[in-house]
Amino acid sequence: MKAAVIVFPGSNGDMDMYHALTDFTDAGTVDFVPHTSETVEAYDAIFLPGGFSYGDYLRSGAIARFAPVMKSVIAEANKGKPVLGVCNGFQILLEANLLPGAMKRNKHLKYMCRTVDVNVENADTCFTRAYEHGERLRIPIAHGEGNYECDETTYETLKADNRIVFTYGSDVNGSVGNIAGITNEAGNVLGMMPHPERAMEAILGSEDGRRLFTNIYRHWRDRHVVTT
Amino acid sequence: MINVHVYITLKEGVLDPQGQAVQRSLTALGYDEVDTVSVGKWLKLEMSDGADVESRVEQMCEQLLANPVIENYTYYVEREEKV
Repeated sequence: MKAAVIVFPGSNGDMDMYHALTDFTDAGTVDFVPHTSETVEAYDAIFLPGGFSYGDYLRSGAIARFAPVMKSVIAEANKGKPVLGVCNGFQILLEANLLPGAMKRNKHLKYMCRTVDVNVENADTCFTRAYEHGERLRIPIAHGEGNYECDETTYETLKADNRIVFTYGSDVNGSVGNIAGITNEAGNVLGMMPHPERAMEAILGSEDGRRLFTNIYRHWRDRHVVTT
Repeated sequence: MINVHVYITLKEGVLDPQGQAVQRSLTALGYDEVDTVSVGKWLKLEMSDGADVESRVEQMCEQLLANPVIENYTYYVEREEKV
């Protein structure tokens, strides 16, 4: 599997994402792909890391959405390739309209950086098949603008189509329905605020994020590698 | 050159935590007459005048400056009076 970790000016979760992919999956190639790159067509899976792309000036993710590389990311996402956006990556996916809704400042206006309970609401996506439905994970969050907002129709659609993949165990930031992660209609684009790439090793607090990355790889392998 | 003033506010019905915090502070200072506060953004664009300034500014707002999912925008164009 060839994986692309997109690097925007201000990305800071890129190294963790790279670490998660190289040290915990058998993905053959993991490349950092700069925001100026014209194409990500050669890659099998695309990862948008957390951070503060373009300093979050104007709005989180608003400027990154127009980075040259995003045109190709959107095209590959629409072809069905797995695209994972974490934290600022999620915000960029919202701004790019690959996922519905928008992010507001956290309910209490505080930047929050701690490990929280995250429920697996849908264990039937290419990202979450290694989890069990209803499983409770411990995953760190680190965000000031993670208050997910969408209109009622969108929320009902997300619920009805099983596109809410993760919810918080409690109301951490004011998000509609405690939403922590959603997918697009096809299920190949996942945006989530918690950082699974920072939950890879027990020594650092949790290894609950590990199965997400191993499963993306497994999903690709099951489709592309012929076993005899 | 003209100035275009763009105001971006949260849509009616979208909870505004910043506005609420400011309102509570005003109440704490004794300004009981303030019922609600909305916090938004003001952007001043200094740009060259042209025939389609309004439609260009609207496109800018739709595409980048505002997030139409949760935000509204208004703007006005400030042209210097010719003497």
